[in-house]
Amino acid sequence: MKKPDKTVIERRIVFLLLVLAVALPIILPLGLKTQSTPLTEQVYDLVNSLPAGAPVIISFDYDPSTITELQPMAEAVIEHAWRKGHKVIATAMWPQGPQVAEMAFNVVQARMEEKDPNARKLMYGVDYVNLGYKPGGMVTIQGMGRSMEAIFPTDITGLKYNKIPMLSPVRTLKDIRYVISLSAGDPGLRDWIMTANGKFNIPVAGGTTAVSAPGFLPYVNDQKQLHGLMGGLKAAAEYELLLGYEGTASLGMNPQSVAHVLILALILFGNIRAWKKRKADKLAQEAKHG
Amino acid sequence: MANIMTTFGIWLAAFFTLSIFSFLYKDNPFYKFAEQVFVGLSAAYWLVYTIYNILIPNLFNKLFTDFAGNWVLLIPMLLGIMMLLRMFPKLQWLSLYPLALMVGTSAAMSMLLSFKSDFVEQMAATMINPFKFSSPVDVVGSIMLIVGTLCGVFFFYFSKKQEGFYKVPSKIGIWFLMISFGASFGYTVMARISLLIGRLDFLLRDWLHIIK
Repeated sequence: MKKPDKTVIERRIVFLLLVLAVALPIILPLGLKTQSTPLTEQVYDLVNSLPAGAPVIISFDYDPSTITELQPMAEAVIEHAWRKGHKVIATAMWPQGPQVAEMAFNVVQARMEEKDPNARKLMYGVDYVNLGYKPGGMVTIQGMGRSMEAIFPTDITGLKYNKIPMLSPVRTLKDIRYVISLSAGDPGLRDWIMTANGKFNIPVAGGTTAVSAPGFLPYVNDQKQLHGLMGGLKAAAEYELLLGYEGTASLGMNPQSVAHVLILALILFGNIRAWKKRKADKLAQEAKHG
Repeated sequence: MANIMTTFGIWLAAFFTLSIFSFLYKDNPFYKFAEQVFVGLSAAYWLVYTIYNILIPNLFNKLFTDFAGNWVLLIPMLLGIMMLLRMFPKLQWLSLYPLALMVGTSAAMSMLLSFKSDFVEQMAATMINPFKFSSPVDVVGSIMLIVGTLCGVFFFYFSKKQEGFYKVPSKIGIWFLMISFGASFGYTVMARISLLIGRLDFLLRDWLHIIK
């Protein structure tokens, strides 16, 4: 039987170390804290700045493959909007978006009821609604600018748009006070920036997976194309911190930090080894040529 | 019954998670099985989802309940059927028409909007007075934004050989690009670790009940 070469074995050791670096802090949390950054604070300030009763859209443009990063963000943003009394309209440009929206609504509702059992119970159709999935990205958003009802004739339960109490003042996208797109790719945040902000001047904020975050950073600029950006689990943890609770994202920052330290150590180790090897090769070559 | 199904679902998810992770050791039948089940399931899910959530509510329901008011939907339906004709080699040419329509309209629509948001507004965002800010961090940041943008764009100017004086902004541009690649790599690492956290959290919490 052929023996695996040295690099394959080394790679397996790296994988094993990484699994340990992530698993151990999940089992035994280190209590590491995170700090908020201006990018997340801008999103928080946008939500915070609006009065109770403002109709807002949270677009669930992702599916279960990215819930680790985006679901804590969704939960934090929903909780913030509900605390402020905003009327949350959930839309989705990804087919499984409505399901992840439902999950987030249920979790936040349970958490808020647990925190304050005497608070008014949030009601579907009055405080929030799930309008479901629509394909089309940019074209759909343009259509929402003409008529929300034409694009979403019913919600996910089949209830007609004009029978949903909280939607009576919302005729078009222009009646929405802000849009937060939680986006794992295309269609997603870019479509909202281009259309909702670019064409209809609606304030747009975003939450993306860490991989896509650098691509959206240029939109956070003087022109206010994006009112803040939440990138990955770290930003979700920052939002939880701003809201004053420790959720799944904050707990996830323990393994995240340990894994990052390990990766830094491995990069350093790899570079030292490569430098030593290059030096040894150079010396060997010099010795060979006299 | 619901409990049994939940437990079965968790075990199934754990099996597939571990099967996919087993590729880290080496390619094996468990990995291949999990990969192929995923591909098949995704294709089937998409097909069913498209029929029940797009075609039925947006096309068939409208045509059957109010044909006079929605007859215009016959046009996209016809275009959709023409697209499906790709499966028949002799009629394949007919699919080129809906394809051309799609490419043309989507390119035109996105061009208009991207020109505004990705070109005009992005340029306007770099036309700032760095000294209008009170904080020195913001002043330095704005100067870096302007210098980085100009030098980064200059790096991609290939009509003149980048030597002598022209080499300087190009060199600065490549440094900015390298730093941005490094930042992107950092974000990518964070994303991949987050996915691992999600899966290990599932295995340790929902499957093994090691953590609560």
